[in-house]
Amino acid sequence: MIWAAGVGGMAGAMLRYTLGKIITRKAAAAGSSFPWGTWVINISGSLLLGILYVLTVKGILPPLWWAVLGIGFCGAYTTFSTFGYETMQLIRAHKRMQAVLYVMSSVTVGIAAAFAGMWLTTFIVN
Amino acid sequence: MKELIYIGIGGFVGTAARYGVQDLIQPGEGLFPLTIWLINMAGCFFLGWFFTVTPAKWNIRPELRLCIGTGFTGAFTTFSTFTVDVVRLAGMSELLLGVLYVVLSVAIGIFMSEVGIRWGKWMLGKASRKENTI
Repeated sequence: MIWAAGVGGMAGAMLRYTLGKIITRKAAAAGSSFPWGTWVINISGSLLLGILYVLTVKGILPPLWWAVLGIGFCGAYTTFSTFGYETMQLIRAHKRMQAVLYVMSSVTVGIAAAFAGMWLTTFIVN
Repeated sequence: MKELIYIGIGGFVGTAARYGVQDLIQPGEGLFPLTIWLINMAGCFFLGWFFTVTPAKWNIRPELRLCIGTGFTGAFTTFSTFTVDVVRLAGMSELLLGVLYVVLSVAIGIFMSEVGIRWGKWMLGKASRKENTI
């Protein structure tokens, strides 16, 4: 199972890097210094993990695929350490308002996305 | 393309490490997601320190910085498990514990990032003072 999680994690980290780079480039071109890359990644990953979690609990997704897609892919695709680091970078750049917005919106929208994924999947499966 | 392979390797190891640590601590764990919390806090501290001392103090190859920082530490820590666990706690009528989990993760996580960055900067300052005396 640890190998299965590792393989999923490899793909998740690679997608995080690629997508993060594309979004950051677009945001920079639009003149924004907000960490949109990590933001989008953490929200979309929360939604996906919510869906996968319910599918696993309901026995639709086998434990091996939970290891690959849930623990591995979603776990590595989303990140907490970069979230903390970027928040401190915003504060150090005296962008306190953006830092507060980044933290508040990541947490509230992230939890809402996880809830939406779980609720919708439960609704559809039942 | 080469950097993507380094990220992938780091991501593999980081995820396997998270899986291993979770396997190690989970038995007897209460409702509070202590293991993921510890992983996220340790990762915040390490990334802050690592991104500060490289390449300023340790001039490691850029691919290796991506491998360890973005790949390994990024994959070791996780945001999606955090948000799903909060919803799970709320669903189990453990709303207070959920709120506590959010506050402790965010406040201490950002604090640990800052501690890591400061420790890195302190090391940089120490290195430059040493150079000045030579």
